[in-house]
Formats: sequence, structure tokens, C-alpha cells
Amino acid sequence: MSSGPINSKEGKVLHPDLLNENLKKTQYAVRGELFLKAEELRQAGREIIITNVGNPHQLGAKPLTFTRQVISLCAAPFLLDHPEAAKIFAPDAIARAKELHKAFNGGVGAYQDSRGNTHVRAEVAKFIEDRDGVGPADPNHIFLTDGASPAVRLCLNSILRNENDGILVPIPQYPLYSASIQLLGGTLVPYMLDEDKNWAMDMASLQACGTLVPYMLDEDKNWAMDMASLQAAVKQARADGKAVRGLVFINPGNPTGQCLSYDNLKELIKFAYDEKIVLMADEVYQENIYQDERPFVSARKVMKEMGEPYASGVELLSFHTVSKVNVSGVELLSFHTVSKGTGGECGLRGGYVEMNNIHPKTVEELYKICSINLSPNGVGQVAMSCLVNPPKPGSPSFEQHKQEREAELASLRRRARMVTDGFNALEDVSCTFTEGAMYSFPQLKLPAKAIAAAKAAGKAPDVFYCLRLLEETGISTVPGSGFGQAEGTFHLRTTILPREEKMAEFVSKFRDFHEKFLKQYK
Amino acid sequence: MAAAASRGLSAAAGEAAQLRDVVAPKLSVATIKPRVVAAEYAVRGEIVRRAQLLEDELQAGKRKFPFEKVVWCNIGNPQILGQKPITYFRQVLCLCEYPQLLDHPQIGALFPADVIERARVFLSDIPGGVGAYSDSAGALVLRKQIAAAIERRDGYPASPDEIYLTDGASPAVHYMMEMLMRSGQDAFLVPIPQYPLYSATLTLYGGRLVPYELDEAAGWGLNVDNLQAQLAAAQQQGLCVRGLVVINPGNPTGQCLGADNQAEIVRFCEQHGLVLIADEVYQANIYAADRTFTSFKQMVRQLESSAMLVSLHSTSKGFVGECGRRGGYMEVVNFPPDVHEQILKLASINLCPNVSGQICCTLMMTPPEEGEPSYDLYVQERDAVLGSLARRAATLVEGLNQLEGVSCNAAEGALYAFPRITLPAKAVAAAEALGKPGDWLYCSELLEATGIVVVPGSGFGQAAGSLHFRTTFLPPEEDIEGVVRKLGVFHKAFLERYGGL
Repeated sequence: MSSGPINSKEGKVLHPDLLNENLKKTQYAVRGELFLKAEELRQAGREIIITNVGNPHQLGAKPLTFTRQVISLCAAPFLLDHPEAAKIFAPDAIARAKELHKAFNGGVGAYQDSRGNTHVRAEVAKFIEDRDGVGPADPNHIFLTDGASPAVRLCLNSILRNENDGILVPIPQYPLYSASIQLLGGTLVPYMLDEDKNWAMDMASLQACGTLVPYMLDEDKNWAMDMASLQAAVKQARADGKAVRGLVFINPGNPTGQCLSYDNLKELIKFAYDEKIVLMADEVYQENIYQDERPFVSARKVMKEMGEPYASGVELLSFHTVSKVNVSGVELLSFHTVSKGTGGECGLRGGYVEMNNIHPKTVEELYKICSINLSPNGVGQVAMSCLVNPPKPGSPSFEQHKQEREAELASLRRRARMVTDGFNALEDVSCTFTEGAMYSFPQLKLPAKAIAAAKAAGKAPDVFYCLRLLEETGISTVPGSGFGQAEGTFHLRTTILPREEKMAEFVSKFRDFHEKFLKQYK
Repeated sequence: MAAAASRGLSAAAGEAAQLRDVVAPKLSVATIKPRVVAAEYAVRGEIVRRAQLLEDELQAGKRKFPFEKVVWCNIGNPQILGQKPITYFRQVLCLCEYPQLLDHPQIGALFPADVIERARVFLSDIPGGVGAYSDSAGALVLRKQIAAAIERRDGYPASPDEIYLTDGASPAVHYMMEMLMRSGQDAFLVPIPQYPLYSATLTLYGGRLVPYELDEAAGWGLNVDNLQAQLAAAQQQGLCVRGLVVINPGNPTGQCLGADNQAEIVRFCEQHGLVLIADEVYQANIYAADRTFTSFKQMVRQLESSAMLVSLHSTSKGFVGECGRRGGYMEVVNFPPDVHEQILKLASINLCPNVSGQICCTLMMTPPEEGEPSYDLYVQERDAVLGSLARRAATLVEGLNQLEGVSCNAAEGALYAFPRITLPAKAVAAAEALGKPGDWLYCSELLEATGIVVVPGSGFGQAAGSLHFRTTFLPPEEDIEGVVRKLGVFHKAFLERYGGL
């Protein structure tokens, strides 16, 4: 008589039915079905336009010169004092490389502090202080990680104790969040963004959603948030026995691109305070802003400017009873990366999480977990140093560095406009403007015949469209279902990253395909 | 303030009883995932954190210390202790990281031709260079080169589709444990003593650790009968043991397995359907003249076994010592294709391992060949590091064996000595009074007295009643005699203070 779990099936121990269930349920569409199909075609010799993922260098974006000079010198310290070095590398790059090489003690080849090198964390703290103008940041509450994704997982792993713990996640969202929550066995509590109101929150769709109470970003309100529906989402989740512990928001949004206003952020912070929820601010696209009405403001800045009790909290003894009432500032986790912005250094894997108002012992536990992986990679940390502490005015590399960043940003702004306009010119396609980040998320109003054809092929309609688009044009995108979307709507996510000189061709390829598709199915 | 207080009060009073459980508590140790709190990793544990504080104080000149500097012997981090990187690797990486250099007119004077050629190939075959996300398993050109290198090493082919590059070897272990541990009834056989990544990941992913003790008296030998007994006992308890970890060369123990032993292990895993995780990150660190490295991959193929194997390698160890690069790979053999898909899916959530680390790993596996311009320097540097490591290992082990009540097995491989220590009864009692094991007390006092940082044996697991500590032999050769001497002085004083043995 056997007791305990089954170890093998059909002669295989490692049978797919005998794996961690959470793992099997996890999906990550950015490298899902469409991506795998694109790979297949690419290996068969087709030219693929890779716009499924925000990977600038793959489409020809150039790295920032200063950053690569510093990294290269850190790799080859023997070059630092070479007589030729001064002719090849800018003096401030040489100086920075020397500084970092010393600060790293054994250079980029040595494990650093598990939170990341102390010197670099101090640079990150200074960057945050200068950016926000609300006082110093604490380097010991900044953890450098191999990209922002491990930092997100680190935090979610500690917040989610079991399936009753929920995290509010915007729909549409970047599927790192859904995938991580699934893997960790927690509950995703979706909050929908309403496309018709420019991705703000939508009350009506709330009611329609049953146990999964969405916090929708309302597309018509430029994907802004409706606090009332957020509150309702939390209340419903609690009624279902879920402890809503965290709220993720992505600003600028991915895939939706909206930039939150100062007031939006204030509402969010107040909401988090009132409902006792940890705020996870994904701010990896903070440099990628393509309009002037809503410049980037960090959640930290707004929180601090709101003052007490949001900013840092006060330990309070009750006036009326013997019980002690602890009040804390909003628990805020902010994420950033070297992968985006104008540097686009995805492959280097550099990122950080900054913690505000997190219990000191919790910070220690997170430190402990980081230490199991010993240290974030050295090159990513050097890239982070160059991002947060770029050459200053008067420095030899300053002009070129500034010019490179501004040129790329201006180009991205133009491309954001080109892609948005391109989509809006298509019949039965509507697209909100990409205010920030790197993506376009047009809505496709697919004809009934197309939907039927998709069903017949056993595919979701947006998947069907994207597969056809891929097969006919080589353009690789991600169907909206990979990010979540309002019931009955279809989207796809593409990037705005093809180089400017290729953009017209990109837009026209899309147009030609779309017109052909409509002709066939309308 | 009053408003806040009244909100707090009304929160307490107004919240209906049935909602109390679902109101999210403030984030504290009591309210985060218990498995996170339970996980331990002694290599960077309490003593190490204390050492960090002392080093900060020392550098700030705040108070006087009985030592000049903190000597980090807790972790295999060679370059922080002065080990030089291999020139060839750094030259290639330098060019890959700043491709504009390739166009420089002086390039031929700065770098050898083979370095330039390597960099050109990498840059042309890795779309977007080091700054772009690569394939989640690692760039194909790199996996192909690594597969070819594995074939040269073992004499059996390797497939790029079975190779996953990772940010160091550690993430590979995370993937495996995450995939295989379905519940608290799933378990893994882990050697005692072990590198505590295994215990930590098992705790984190909710699985159980089934220990199998290595025999200290027999040079840390691995006895398959013991494995069998532990497996049977675990199954009796209703545990489903899914795999076996073998660290070869061992960490912290340093022993190298013989071919016969390896064959037994492979057959054992095949027989019981266990996934064999072969941690082979120290394969280039072998000092015993009568020992050579045989990979488990070679063994599996030689035996024509269907045993499922995950073999790990890393750029952090060997004579390469590129810890900070976070370069490594796992070769996953005899796994069903749809499980490979799941592994790829897991890897893709993090998009890709860092590309510089991927290149470094590839270079480690494909160093310069005889006849190439960089070959001589490479061999010279390699042999210098390995020779020095062997000498330091011998010096340290010999020094440790001189100490009263201390016995240390030879370090056949890896980077550590793991001496067994005998403590006076009074010391053990003093430790107990602090709620700590005896070896913790020893290591703690060693730190305070000498600045030398080592890790208590309890962090790795050890036979009941025994005490150890793990030290690296990485301090530079000119310092290692000093370390041995200071250790001796401290040890004598410690024994005296606690009433002698």
C-alpha cells in the first residue's frame, strides 16, 4: 500500500504531471507562444522584426559611450595605466573605472556585499536624493539586484505567505507580476484599467468580475486610477477571505504607457495608508517620458511631500485605551533598472529596490535571502553607477553623454508618436498615446468572421491575429491576453523600438497586413 | 496625530471580527513568509555580518582593535584577496563590452590577434551584444561553444539545447528545487556536511532535506549503502525523495570522488528514479596528485544510464575566480522534453542571465589552444594560481593539524579546509548559555581576537557531537603563514581560557 506522493508516471519520475503545480500554471507571454513561433521562423531563415520585448540594443540602439568605456576598463584594469589608455578612453571614464575598481576591492570579479557594493549604493542614494529633493535616501535600504525582476520576486516572496495573501495588480500588466504571484502560490487581485477613459479605473467592470475583483486602469482617463473602484476591489477580496497585502503599479505603465499625475500618486499613497497595503512602485521607465504634461514624479517624493503620517509614520500610543497603536508611514518598495531609459542595457542585468518604511527586521530577512545568491553581478553594478551618477557638467564626457541621451530620448518621443498615429490611422484600431515606457498597446476591433476563424483554429482571437501578423510580415508582437485586458477586447503589444529610419517601413508593413486581414474577414 | 490615533482606534474597533484576519498586518518578521524566515545561509550569516560591522568600524578608525584588518576566510571570493583574473578572459570581455575599441587603429598593439578574433565572433553572433537580452537559456553561439567543450572534456557529445546558462550556478539549484518540490512531502538527499545553498533552497521551496553523512574518518567518503539506508528511512516516513545532491569536489569537505564511487552513485539514482544534481563547480580545483576529475556526465554516458542528471559549473571557482561576473551553466541530461520547456519558462521570467557572465563562462570552457598567441600566458597564469592554491592548501592543513585537539583532512580539491575541533567542556557550556553551538562560539571569539572570519561547521551540518569550522585557503601566499600563526596563538589562548582539554 503506497502512502505519500507519487514519484513516477509512465516510467518517468520527471513527468510533467509530477512537477510543482504552481510552476505549471505560470505563464509568461513575453516569451510565450508567439515568441517561440517567431524563434521557429527565425531559425528557418525568416527575417523577424523583434518587437515583442523591450530590448533596444537588439534593434540597433547604441549603448552610451561613457558607460561602456567604464565597464570595459573595469574588465581590463591593466589598461587603466597603459600609455595608450588616455588616447582611447575619456579621462573621466578612466577616473570612474579606477574609483570603482578600488571600491569593489577585488574588481568586478569579486563577490560584493550581498546588497550590492556599498559605494554604488551610496551613489544610488544620492541619485534618489537629488531626483526627489525631499531629503537623503538610506544606502542600507537600497539593494542592488540582477535587474529589477529579481528584486520584485524577492519582495513578493516575503509578502506572499500562502494562497490567501493577495496582491493588487493592474490589468493590463507586465506579466512578471502574474507569473511571480502564481509561482509563489499567492493570489492575484486584478484591478482593471479602463481603456475608454485613457486607462483609468472602471467601476462597471468591477461588478462584472466575481471573485477576481479587478482594479482597472481606465483607458479613456488615460489609464489613470479610480480610487473608489480600488477600494471596492480590496473590500471584495477581503470579503472572499483574502488578505490584500500589496499593490503593484507601473509608472510609466507597461504595456499601457500612461504616466501618472502627482495627484494620482497622492491618491494611491493615501489609499495604501488607509488600507494598510504595501506599495510596489515599478518605476523602471522613469526616464522614458514622451510628453510634458505629466513629467515623472517618484512615489517616494510624493509620499515624503505629503508629510506625516504617510511619510515615515509615528509610533503612537492610544489616548483612550491601554492598547498601543502602531502607525507606520506607507511601506513603499520602489524598483529601477539599467535595462530601459536611454541606456537600454538589458543584457547587463542591473537594477535595485529602494525600501521606505520597511520594518528593520524585515530588511534583515531580505538581506539574508539575497545572501544565498551571494552577490549581484559586478558589471550590472558598474552600469548602475554610470546610470545614477553620470558625467557632470565640466567633465570631459559630459557633452557627448548628454547629447547621446537627449538624442535617443527625442527619437523615442518621435517614434512613440509615429507608432500611435500609425495605429490610429488603421480601420477598427484605436490606440492611446504612448506617454512613456517603450510600448504601444493598440486595441483591435476584430470582425466576427475573424473571431470565428480563431475559434476554429483553437486560438484566442488576439493570438490568432498576432500569429498571422508574424507569419506574413515577420513582426513579432505579444497578444493582449498575455497582459490581461477587459473582457471582450483584443490588443497586442509592440515596442516603439525599431530605429527611426525603419519606422515608416514598420508602420506600413502593419498597415498592409491589417488592411489585408480586414479584407479577408470583414 | 489625533486623527491618526482615532483612525487606529476605529480600525481596531470598527473592523468587523470576521475581517480581522484579512486585514493585512504590517510587514514584520512575524508576518512575512515563514519559509523565508526559516531559511539559513551561514556563509554570510551572523558572524559574517558582525565582521562587516567590525571592518566598517576599523576603517572609520573609531576604536582600537587587536588586529589591523579583517581577513575574509568565510567565502570563496578569490579576487577580493588579490587573486588576479586570467588576462585572456578580461581582454576578450573588455572588447565585447566596448566594441568601439575594435575599430581603434592601435588595437593590434593593445590586444593579441586571437583575443580580437574571439571578440569579433561573439559580437557578430550575439544580436545586440552584451547589452541586449539574449535567449533565456543563453545565447546560442555560446551554448554551442560550451557543448563542444564539454564533448572535448568528456569524450561524449553534448547538446546546446540541454545547456542553460545562469547567473552563477546558484540560480540553477533554485530552478530545480522550485520545480521538484511540490509540497512538504517531497525531499532531497543532501550530503552532510554540505554547501548551505541546498538546505536554504529546500527550506525556501518547502521541501525536506534528507541528510546522508560523509565519513570523516574515511576522508569524507560517500558510502552508497548509507544512501540506501537514508532513502529507505525517509520513505518509511512517507517522504517522496526526488533527488540526490553530490558535490564533487566537495564543499566544505574538499574530497574528490573515485570513478567506482561515481558509478555506484549513478546506478543508485537510476534505480530509484532520483534526479542527480552534480555540483561540479570546483572541477578545476584538484590538488591531490592521485586524483583527477571525472564528470558525472561522462559517467552517465559511459554506463549508458538513463539517470536524470543536472550538472553544474561556474566561473566563480577554479583558477578563474570570477565570482562577481555571475557566470555559470547547468547541463540537463535525460530529462523529458516537456520538462525542458518548463525549465525554459522559468528561466524566461527573468528574461536572461547577464551576457558578460555568459561570455566569461564560455571563455572558461574554451581557453586559448596551443599555438595561439595567448596560450603561453594563459597556461602560465593558470598554473601559477593552481600551484599557489595547492601550496596554500598544504600550509593551512598542516598548520591546523598542529593545533591541539584539531584534526583536518587533506584538501584534495575545492578551496576550503574543514578542520574538526575539540572544545573544552567549559567552552561548550558557555556556548550553550548563549543558545549557540560550540563552534559558533569559537568562530565568534576568533573574529573578535584576530579579525579572521570563518564559518562554524554547524552552518554546513556535521555528525552529531562533532564540531568544525570552514576556512578558505585564499589569503595571498604571503599572508597565509600569518593567518596560520594567528590562528595558533588564538587557539592556545582559547583552550587555556576555557580550562584546557
